[in-house]
Amino acid sequence: MDPDPITKATYIKVYLALLALLAATVAAVFINMGPFNILVTMVIAITKALLVMLFFMHVRYSPRLIWIYASLGVIWLTYLIGGTLTDVLTRI
Amino acid sequence: MSDKELSHQFETLDQQADAATLGIWAFLATEVLFFGGLFMLYTVYRFKFPAAFVECSKLMDLRLGAINTAVLLTSSLTMAFAVHSAREGQKNSTVGWILVTMLLGSVFLGIKGLEYYHKFAEHLVPGPYFQLDSPNRREAQIFFSLYFGMTGLHALHMIIGLVVLAVIAMMTSAGKFSKTYSNPVHIAGLYWHFVDIIWIFLFPLLYLIGNR
Repeated sequence: MDPDPITKATYIKVYLALLALLAATVAAVFINMGPFNILVTMVIAITKALLVMLFFMHVRYSPRLIWIYASLGVIWLTYLIGGTLTDVLTRI
Repeated sequence: MSDKELSHQFETLDQQADAATLGIWAFLATEVLFFGGLFMLYTVYRFKFPAAFVECSKLMDLRLGAINTAVLLTSSLTMAFAVHSAREGQKNSTVGWILVTMLLGSVFLGIKGLEYYHKFAEHLVPGPYFQLDSPNRREAQIFFSLYFGMTGLHALHMIIGLVVLAVIAMMTSAGKFSKTYSNPVHIAGLYWHFVDIIWIFLFPLLYLIGNR
C-alpha cells in the first residue's frame, strides 16, 4: 500500500474531537431540551461516526467507489427502518 | 516487491489493495444490515413504549457506559496508529499498537461484563425473575431484551475482532507484511473501526434517553 496520507497529528486531532463530542452528548442528558434532546444526541452520534469513517477508515482519501459502498449500508438501513415505520406508525 | 505479495489475478499492488478495500466495505454493508434488524426493532418499540424506554435508560450505568465509549474511541486511535505504522513498514510499532488496541478492547469487554453482572444482580434480566417496581414492568423487559441482544451481538463482534487482531499481530511479527504490502492490517483496522461505530450509536440509544 501507499504510505498513509493521514499524519499521526491529524489522528490525534480527530480523537480529541471525538472525546469532546462524547463529553457534549453526556452533558446534554442533564439539560432538559424537551424533544430536542434526541435530536442533539443523534446529530452528535452521526458526527462521531462520520469522523471515524472519513479519517480513521480513510474514506476521505479513498476512491469514489468506496464512498458509494460506504453509503450503501446506510441507504439500505434507511429503507429497512423507514419502510417498517410507514406501516407501524400508520396502523389504526 | 516480491511475487508473494501480488496474487496472480491482479495486475498491480494498487489494484490488489483497492480490491481488498472494496471487499471489506461490501462486507461491512452487510454487517450494517445484520445489526440493522435490531436497530429497526429498537426504533419500533421506542415509538410504541416511549415512557418505558426513558425509565429503563435511567437504570443504565451512565458512568461505566461513558468510560467504555472513551475506551473504545481510544482503541480506534491506536488501531489507526497500527495501520499507519504498517503502511510505513515499521513492524515493531505495528505489533505494539495492535497489542495496545487488543488491551483496550479487552478492557471494554471487562467493563461490559461488570455491567451485565450488575444487571443480573438487580434482577433486570428479562424472564421469570425480572423485577421492576413499575407499571411499565412488561414493556421494560422489551427494553432489556434489546439491551442484551444489541450489546451482546456487539460484544461478539469485539471478541471476533480480538481474534482477528491476534492473528494479524502474529502475521506482522512473522514478517508477512512490508511497506508495499499490508492489506490485511488495513482491512482488520476497518473492521475494528466499524465495531466502534456500532457502539457510537448503541451508547446514546441505550444510555442517553430522557433527562437525568
